[in-house]
Amino acid sequence: MLAGEEGPALQMAMRILATMAAVYGAPRLLDITSAHIDGCLYHGLSGLEFAQRLVEGGARVRVPTTLNVGAIDLLHPDQFQGSAELAGRATALMAAYQAMGCIPIWTCTPYQAYQRPAFGAQIAWAESNAIVFANSVLGARTNRYGDFIDICAALTGRAPAVGLHLAENRRGQLLFDLRGIPERLLREDVLFPVLGYLLGARSGSKIPVIAGLLPETTEDQLKALGAAAASSGAVALFHAIGVTPEAVTFGEAFQGGQPEQVIEVSVALLRETLGRLSTAPDGAIQVVALGSPHFSLAEFASLLPLLARHPPHPGVEFIVCTNRVVLAMLEERGWRQPLQEAGVRLIVDTCVVVAPMVRARHGVLMTNSGKFAHYTPGNTGLQVIFGSLEECVRSAAAGRVWRDPELWAEE
Amino acid sequence: MSGEAGTFSATARVLVAGAAEGEALVLAEPLSLWGGLDPESGEIIDRRHPASGAIVTGRVLVLPAGRGSSSASSILLEAVRLGTAPAAIITAEPDPILALGATVARELYGHTPPVLMLAPPAYFRLQTGQLLRIRANGAVAVLTG
Repeated sequence: MLAGEEGPALQMAMRILATMAAVYGAPRLLDITSAHIDGCLYHGLSGLEFAQRLVEGGARVRVPTTLNVGAIDLLHPDQFQGSAELAGRATALMAAYQAMGCIPIWTCTPYQAYQRPAFGAQIAWAESNAIVFANSVLGARTNRYGDFIDICAALTGRAPAVGLHLAENRRGQLLFDLRGIPERLLREDVLFPVLGYLLGARSGSKIPVIAGLLPETTEDQLKALGAAAASSGAVALFHAIGVTPEAVTFGEAFQGGQPEQVIEVSVALLRETLGRLSTAPDGAIQVVALGSPHFSLAEFASLLPLLARHPPHPGVEFIVCTNRVVLAMLEERGWRQPLQEAGVRLIVDTCVVVAPMVRARHGVLMTNSGKFAHYTPGNTGLQVIFGSLEECVRSAAAGRVWRDPELWAEE
Repeated sequence: MSGEAGTFSATARVLVAGAAEGEALVLAEPLSLWGGLDPESGEIIDRRHPASGAIVTGRVLVLPAGRGSSSASSILLEAVRLGTAPAAIITAEPDPILALGATVARELYGHTPPVLMLAPPAYFRLQTGQLLRIRANGAVAVLTG
């Protein structure tokens, strides 16, 4: 490939990969079986020129490769609130990646929409929540890939053999002990983004291990935990003893070793983290945004009865970001109509913190997503309030924040 | 390290090779280029960063490390395209994300700021205002200051 016998695009991709293998100190490249690409989100003309150079050089991906969100909802392009020039370039970028044979699923939850790599599979995934989910919940193996190197790996089918690709680097390092948390709270969805945010802030790029989660912890709860941990820190892998596949036991999570540090997680510590997820005091809200990572069918199943009881106030923008696969399932089940009747805006292919999708230009956005809570102030200019799903829905109905006083009780 | 009073030279680890010369801009803290550098103007726009407002264009950017998002490589590439990039980048720890942006810039535009890693204590000899010359083999020489 380096000699150019397979065309200039592949030659360029391999040259970049070889340079990066040397930077990482990787002795060799290994074969991968799956890729997920974040480079299809527009950051500037140079990213488009890079993708178009690959397309002109005849590039085609060698492994099943899904695409993360772009900047445009291609099914409903009029939802974009930015300039026509920006929309044109962002759409061209998405088209270039599709032209390389990538699967246009446009979601940060490829693992719930299209591909679920097997336990132990070597993969090259980009996008922080997808990375942490693939490593932690599926037990597949990826480093933190990002723009450019993600597509180089997909085109060559190779990745530098370092870091989390190797079993010995997947050993847990820090222990977060939840045994002091009441079981009632361990069943609440709202616990997981808050716990994840704490994990990320305390772990940096180390591998946290959680003791005390219930075996029946759901996939969407782990998804919310990972996404928040990858927002407040550089967490690419966590283990939850008795829950995630590389941590059946304490010994397995730490590969026979001991934690470098033990963090006792109390309700007080969780409440303190909860406070950091909001940047405004409880009061009037203008927007509710759900779905980072993209909302799953199970999450819609929880949302619908709440909306039926507490329909949103017409003055509140109510947005749910999801993917096309879930959208099709909503239509099949007849669930799209009640959402529309409630005034809910469904956004697919993109989301509100990576593209200008929110109509309100200032004010307060409320969310149940740790990731939205982290990125909303910097990326949208809106203030943010974090709450549970029920708190979000009832606040949307009232036009101001409603709180469940029992949610974070000590008992 | 060698040289007369006020000047020295050292050999850095080359992540992305190239020759460059420019005035050093030494950052006291890590910087994420994503959200931290405006590629249109070359200005550091992270308002919580001590070097907020400084212009990196044409200077040798010296920083402990990058920080955060992998989209930093996109911002460096965009700065090269727009002609606002630093002349070179020297970090105290290897930074794969900046190296990736520079590698892609060389592929696309035929030139890039070299990216080097200079471990302490030599790293701490670099100070804002020094004129630095960097050779493709990683030799870093302080010419003045």
